[in-house]
Amino acid sequence: MTDFLQYLFSGLTSGAIYALIALGFCVVNNTMGIVNFVQVDFVSLGGMLMFSALFATGLPMIPGLLLAVTGVALVAMLVERFGLRPARSDNHLVLIFLTVGLSIILRGVIKLVWGKNRMALPPLTPDVPINIFGASILPQALWIILLTIIAIALLTWFFYRTSLGLSMRAVASNPTAAAVVGIPAGRIRLTSYAIAGALGGLAGVLVTPITTLNYDVGVLLGLKGFAAAILGGFGSFPGAILGGLGLGLLESLSAGYLSSAYKDVVAFVVLLLVLFIRPKGLLGK
Amino acid sequence: MINKQKILYFIYLHRTGLTVTGLSLTLLLYPLFENNPYTLGLTNLIAINAIVVLGLNLFIGYAGQISLGHAAFFGLGAYGSAIATVTFEIPPWPAMFIVATLVALVALLIGIPILRLSGHYLAMATLGLNFVVHTILLQWDEVTGGPSGFSGIPYLSFGDFQFDDETRLHYLLWGAALISLLLCLNLVRSGIGRGLSALAGDEVAAEALGVNTRNAKIKIFILSAVLASIAGSLFAHCYSFVSPDSFGIFTSTDMVIMVVIGGMGSIWGSLFGAALITLLPEWLDLFETYKDFVHGGILVLVLMFLPQGLVTGLIETIKVKLVLRRRKDAAT
Repeated sequence: MTDFLQYLFSGLTSGAIYALIALGFCVVNNTMGIVNFVQVDFVSLGGMLMFSALFATGLPMIPGLLLAVTGVALVAMLVERFGLRPARSDNHLVLIFLTVGLSIILRGVIKLVWGKNRMALPPLTPDVPINIFGASILPQALWIILLTIIAIALLTWFFYRTSLGLSMRAVASNPTAAAVVGIPAGRIRLTSYAIAGALGGLAGVLVTPITTLNYDVGVLLGLKGFAAAILGGFGSFPGAILGGLGLGLLESLSAGYLSSAYKDVVAFVVLLLVLFIRPKGLLGK
Repeated sequence: MINKQKILYFIYLHRTGLTVTGLSLTLLLYPLFENNPYTLGLTNLIAINAIVVLGLNLFIGYAGQISLGHAAFFGLGAYGSAIATVTFEIPPWPAMFIVATLVALVALLIGIPILRLSGHYLAMATLGLNFVVHTILLQWDEVTGGPSGFSGIPYLSFGDFQFDDETRLHYLLWGAALISLLLCLNLVRSGIGRGLSALAGDEVAAEALGVNTRNAKIKIFILSAVLASIAGSLFAHCYSFVSPDSFGIFTSTDMVIMVVIGGMGSIWGSLFGAALITLLPEWLDLFETYKDFVHGGILVLVLMFLPQGLVTGLIETIKVKLVLRRRKDAAT
């Protein structure tokens, strides 16, 4: 029972990270209809900026976190403005491969600025495990879950209460009609990239104290986030959260009860099976 | 028609055949002029990549599908041949055939459910497949040798004639690449190929015109998987060593970059893309740190300005320029 609780908490922790990344994928997909593979590097960049904010400028934790997340959002807007918009292409294949190219470039920049070495990021609060019903949990895990919930709440408020958020939902449900009523497409795309960047960056800041910080730490995490988004039904926000938590739990339970070497395989096999049975994902339309 | 026109017309009519003949002759004579084993090793690698890219281009360019997991089939071919020849001591040629058949079966089994998906879902599913295969190659170390790789794979041979140095491998690998090239060139001009291009253009329209889109997609998926598997087998026998690193998701994206640079749906472009991306790291050796920029930068620039691919795009641009100039001349 204690084991099960332990696996449950570690599953929820990584699940929350996957959910954040998956939400980033969904936001961009809803407004632009593409898979944004740069999302993967937003995660690494978040960790890197946090590292610099803490050790180069010596900021405390919370301002550092805000600075890192804003920084990634700014970079994401630059990527959209100067990387994707000049293409002016409608072909989805072209746009998706374009994001792959931009992701390679961004990874190159990160490698150049921060180097290839593995670094360690301190957790938000000192690592003193907390005991809950016999299972020990790191405070960082609680931070992850708490901040994920706050991010989701903010996102919900943004999409249902602000005019920019409402117009983004309008674009997602019908781009042509949205253009007809005069919603500016460029600003929407820029905002969706900023949100995706902020979500990816937050995921990076939160997860790198648990893993290690490296220029390509985001690749695997990002792909799992993509898998989570697909699992829940690509484009659906509740689906992304459900998919993320589901994938995280699946991974930690299979690592605990089956084999830790193959935990990634189990996750992807389940993903493939879900796609075979329900090609639109769990909550897809 | 005067003689000059006749000759030009003949060249135009037989342009594909003549180009293939010219390419074969060049490749036949190439080792006579170039005997540096390092350079030959590079061109051999181009041949191996070209075989995979040709198959992948059929799938991406002609069938209009996304695959981010072809390194999985490449890896299955390589490890399949390695395990069959070393562990089970099957002679290399039959082993290559058996492995290709098995990979075709795998592709069929995976293809039937996977190809019901489209777009992003397909990208994810192929990516997931690549990931699963890579992890198995890495973790199942009793069979695959794990992260340290699998060595001692025998060379291919005909009787006593062993393909063991770069010149001999050059003929073997480019022979295989030319056969694949001819196969693809003929395939896209057949009824099936035309059906496929219709499918890439508009799936519903193709279906309305009587193309069995489901079957066509699965067939082309299997064909491209088999080509990748054969290329993998050749890779294993050529280097007599394989390691899981060669078959990760980055290899898959490299293959996709080759297809895009060469031009989606351009058979000749596949050769060009494979050559350019294989040689690029060599040329860029001097500024190692900026490799990623150049790699990604080329992809981004080509997609932005010449989405049809470098070769096709440039030819189109020149054609348009010529027509415009001619019209201007006619107007004055």
